[in-house]
Amino acid sequence: MSAAAYLPAPRLGEWLKELSGRYLVLAPQARGDTVVFAPFTGDAEPVLDRDAAMPPKQAVFPATEELLRYRRVKDPEDPGKVDVEVSASLRAVETVVFGAKPCGARGFLAYDRVFRSPAISDPYYAARRAKTLFITMACAAPGNSCFCHWVGSGPSDSSGSDILLTPVADGFVVQAVNERGEELMNSPLLEPAGTREAKAREIQDAAAKALPAAPDISRAKDSLMAVFEDLAFWEEVSAKCISCGACTYLCPTCYCFDIGDEDKGMSGRRLRTWDNCMSFRFTLEASGHNPRPTKAHRLRNRVGHKFSYYPALHGGAVACCGCGRCVRLCPVSVDIREIVLAAIARAARVREESAHD
Amino acid sequence: MSALEMLKDKIREALPSLEFVIGWEQGFDALHATPFFMRTAEDVEKLVFGPLCVHNLSTYLPSFRGRKVGIVLKGCDSRGAIELMQEKLVERENVVIFGLPCSGVADLAKLGRFAGDLDRVLAVTWDDETFVLTTPAGEVRVPREAALADKCLTCQFPNALEADHFAGEPLPPATGPDMGSDRGGEELAALEAMAPADLMAYWAEAMERCIRCYACRNACPMCVCRDHCIAHRRDLQWLGQDDTPREKLMFQLIHTLHLAGRCTECGECQRACPVGIPILALRRKMNRVIRELFDYQAGLDLQAVPPLFTFQVEEANIEERKW
Ligand code: SF4
Ligand code: SF4
Ligand code: SF4
Ligand code: SF4
Repeated sequence: MSAAAYLPAPRLGEWLKELSGRYLVLAPQARGDTVVFAPFTGDAEPVLDRDAAMPPKQAVFPATEELLRYRRVKDPEDPGKVDVEVSASLRAVETVVFGAKPCGARGFLAYDRVFRSPAISDPYYAARRAKTLFITMACAAPGNSCFCHWVGSGPSDSSGSDILLTPVADGFVVQAVNERGEELMNSPLLEPAGTREAKAREIQDAAAKALPAAPDISRAKDSLMAVFEDLAFWEEVSAKCISCGACTYLCPTCYCFDIGDEDKGMSGRRLRTWDNCMSFRFTLEASGHNPRPTKAHRLRNRVGHKFSYYPALHGGAVACCGCGRCVRLCPVSVDIREIVLAAIARAARVREESAHD
Repeated sequence: MSALEMLKDKIREALPSLEFVIGWEQGFDALHATPFFMRTAEDVEKLVFGPLCVHNLSTYLPSFRGRKVGIVLKGCDSRGAIELMQEKLVERENVVIFGLPCSGVADLAKLGRFAGDLDRVLAVTWDDETFVLTTPAGEVRVPREAALADKCLTCQFPNALEADHFAGEPLPPATGPDMGSDRGGEELAALEAMAPADLMAYWAEAMERCIRCYACRNACPMCVCRDHCIAHRRDLQWLGQDDTPREKLMFQLIHTLHLAGRCTECGECQRACPVGIPILALRRKMNRVIRELFDYQAGLDLQAVPPLFTFQVEEANIEERKW
């Protein structure tokens, strides 16, 4: 890794403008009372003092993506015969996501194992992923709903980032995480970091220490399986859930999608859209049967997928980056941390009871 | 005895004949209360009530049809329960209502304008005049008027309108700007003054950030189609799948129209929206129209028939023949 650089705070806008010349730069910006990632135009300052409501997943995995267009063409000789012309749509532009928190960028590691595995590569995902770079901002202080350290991460985890910034007095220490990040750093606006690099490390350490001790969730995978059939448990923990889909759409690691055609006369488009396991239609079968008929089944799917089924398939990696968005922004404050711990406790109790029998 | 203690006593007494009573407990941090299903006397100990108990719990009622449950309701929330009962979506005899007087709930979005990052608020206290938020940067004081939800500033019904048990002293109806035809205040006035193209541009900008999560729909007590919502029908595709403000606004307009004469203006739709889209204005507008046309407000009277549930050959305020 190359030496760290320093960007004085007043130069931030210039750096982003410079990057905007070569990339589409998505930066957190205020919209009403909310912060969302939007193209940086230079009209407004990026908002860096709180995490955006939406993680930057739109950059790589858009809410709606056109996969292909098709057109039915009648054979002039034999009008009963119809041919279909298909053209793939793949628009991926060189993008820099600026100012996401490390957790938001790390979310894509969960996607990569699914969409860009040795066995299968989703060309749409792979193309956008390859063209998207992340300049993230280490957290100087964790928030009330943050629990990145529960899932093996931390406030300055750079594993999903290409560049990691650390806010220091009057500016940012800029560290390249990989070669792609290094390339972004050859800007005349950056100065050598000097002693600020040590200062940045102090800030990073302090943020990590500010998090309350993490409980041991290594049993989550097996515990969630152990309580899988325990519907009374799932009904209890999902009682207040209103079964919207906010938690999954806001989540940097939720990747479920649905594919449907939008037909207009002789032509149409095939679209891929976000799906979510909180919705009734998620596993609705053509017969009308739904294997996940109630919100208890659906919440079980959400928690189970992140902390049990996914880790079982991907070498123990948890499909949750601990960003806390689903807790923070849930209309009724359903808390995934609480549910995971409750499942671990419930499974332990069942184990104990059966040992006594 | 405080109203909360009185309420706890009443709930403990009633619990044996009920599956559970829905109230609130402290949530994951100081700022959040969270809906709470009390099943045992020990649970009741954890019940809280205050300006952070923002949720309209009547949202849960339709899913418990035919079951005996209890629910704690503030004045405005009781209108949701009443409207559901008027529409025969909830059976009055199966619900035990614990009514409360409410002197207003906080709008967290408004508090955020003072405190910055709400996720860093460490403690919250309040009195009749001020909310005090403790943040890492120090104390932030927010005047009550600036912290309360809009609906509370013009609240007509601070006491539950229908209750089997009522805990505490009933409050006098709040005074303030007229809640009648002016309800909606400056926000609605500004929108009504806009030329159609500007209005469309306003909504296009606001809906841009909508993620189509439908929290607005699921938080709404009167949205009862739930799993069969028009927004999820693929066979007919009333809504396209495109991620465009146009499709997203289309859903809001459907919601607004499906709530005509039924919306109690509880504000849950807007409160639930994770990206803070000011969608309540659409409902307020519709409510104003309903009041003008039918002289009707939803959820006030168990016996009343909502205007769109009935038909009159000659409506008093609709001058059909003069078209
Ligand atoms: S957990 Fe919260 S956000 Fe997610 S579906 Fe349930 S109520 Fe909605
Ligand atoms: S499950 Fe919740 S905390 Fe975990 S990554 Fe998703 S939104 Fe963040
Ligand atoms: S539309 Fe909004 S304000 Fe009206 S009843 Fe539903 S949630 Fe309440
Ligand atoms: S809650 Fe907000 S973001 Fe979600 S669908 Fe409704 S308006 Fe859109």
